[in-house]
Amino acid sequence: MKDSQTGPAYVWEAHSEADTVRFAEKLAELSRPGTVLALDGDLGAGKTRFAQAFARGLEVPGLVNSPTFTIIKEYEGGRLPFYHMDVYRLSIAEADELGLEEYFEGDGVSLVEWASLIEPLLPPERLHIGIALTGPASRRLTCRPIGEAYAAWCRTLGMQAIEEEEETP
Amino acid sequence: MTDKDYLMLAIETSCDETSVAIVRGGREVLANVVSSQIETHRRFGGVVPEIASRKHVETITRILQEAFEQAGVRRGDIDAVAVTQGPGLIGALLVGVVAAKSLAMALDVPLIGTHHIAGHIYANRLIGDIVFPALALVVSGGHTELVLLEREGVFRIVGRTRDDAVGEAYDKVARALSFPYPGGPYIDKLAQTTEEEVELPRAWLEPDSFDFSFSGLKSAVLAEINRAKMKGEALNQGALARGFQASVIDVVTTKAMRAAQAFGVRQLLLCGGVAANRGMRERLTSLCEAARLPLLIPPPSLCSDNAAMIAAAADLKWRRGAFTPLDMVAGAQLSLEEWSVSDDSVSS
Repeated sequence: MKDSQTGPAYVWEAHSEADTVRFAEKLAELSRPGTVLALDGDLGAGKTRFAQAFARGLEVPGLVNSPTFTIIKEYEGGRLPFYHMDVYRLSIAEADELGLEEYFEGDGVSLVEWASLIEPLLPPERLHIGIALTGPASRRLTCRPIGEAYAAWCRTLGMQAIEEEEETP
Repeated sequence: MTDKDYLMLAIETSCDETSVAIVRGGREVLANVVSSQIETHRRFGGVVPEIASRKHVETITRILQEAFEQAGVRRGDIDAVAVTQGPGLIGALLVGVVAAKSLAMALDVPLIGTHHIAGHIYANRLIGDIVFPALALVVSGGHTELVLLEREGVFRIVGRTRDDAVGEAYDKVARALSFPYPGGPYIDKLAQTTEEEVELPRAWLEPDSFDFSFSGLKSAVLAEINRAKMKGEALNQGALARGFQASVIDVVTTKAMRAAQAFGVRQLLLCGGVAANRGMRERLTSLCEAARLPLLIPPPSLCSDNAAMIAAAADLKWRRGAFTPLDMVAGAQLSLEEWSVSDDSVSS
């Protein structure tokens, strides 16, 4: 476990892609200005797919594709502005120079892929989500809420609390 | 000076490269300095500006100076300033935009905000004449698009990637095979080391779609790596790279040819950083020869990000007197279609 503020982790077993999509859409419904989702998972785990479903839940119009190259893509026109980031290519120093806090503190919702790489730069309250393959279309989504607001989300979603053992990224 | 001899200074800072070009008459490149060029590195001993906009700030003044020296012109000779307005990384774009605005104001010449992808497409005009209607296949780190040009300067996106751009897919596969970033060129080379090929899927999507998807292919590559690991077999990296490259090139070029036929275009334009990929160039060249479709491909130096291509695209607006106000803002997601020229009164 990385953070002393962390309470229990919560798990959502998605048995199909549709299940994953439904979960992402539910998170979108709960999102408010300043929401920060810190997403981690191996290459091919479905982080961008998750982000697409989340964006649809925010009613973001048009196509949401990979932000890997440009690092940040901003989308307007949804219920809230959506900031989609992939920080894989960044060092902590480079990420710091980008001024990510302006996004985190902005009026929109930030979703950060490979967030654990820049953990020290993440805001004090955020929801960590780990995506792991459990089969070709099934995924285990492990949420680590930091801050009471996000812990409340997990309970609202009826997620199962677990004692975290080996699940740290 | 006649209109045909006007001098345009162009700045490109949308992503990793800092570049300044000076171009005469929209087509004759007098200087095209890119910060990652080896001579520049040697001369300044600098680090390649990876992402941070601060690196652009540190580099741009020197690159500007070098462009003037190479072109052999003075500041007062410049008739217009063009700059990449978007899309790209916002902090990086801002540096170029601020520099361009300052120059335009100081020299009292028009400013032309330019679309980065229009630049990639119009890089082709630096090497030949574009014949309309034309279809551009844009393949780069951040973009994979099929763009229809029914007439000069009018862009319509008819296909795009729904997930990874081609360059991203290459880099992610390279990452899975433990090559350093950017890994695309390693895959291109690796693919040429063997005749063996791992058969991988092709994502054709709906029969009438010109869109692309590479996430399934990426998953198939990862599954293949895992399968070898589980069985304790040595992975044939070359055969896997070859299979991956074959799938990407097959889908991208087949869709481009299909779109070219569907829209009845008279020319195909290949552009973007991945247009330097040998496999891609060779396949498209042979397909176009078979279909008797004229094909333009810029040399690699004009395929990767550079400012000369921005001047080539900005020429569209110069000839129409469509200048950009100084209160222009950079747009991380500027629309290509909206950047199209709006009338046909050209003074060429």
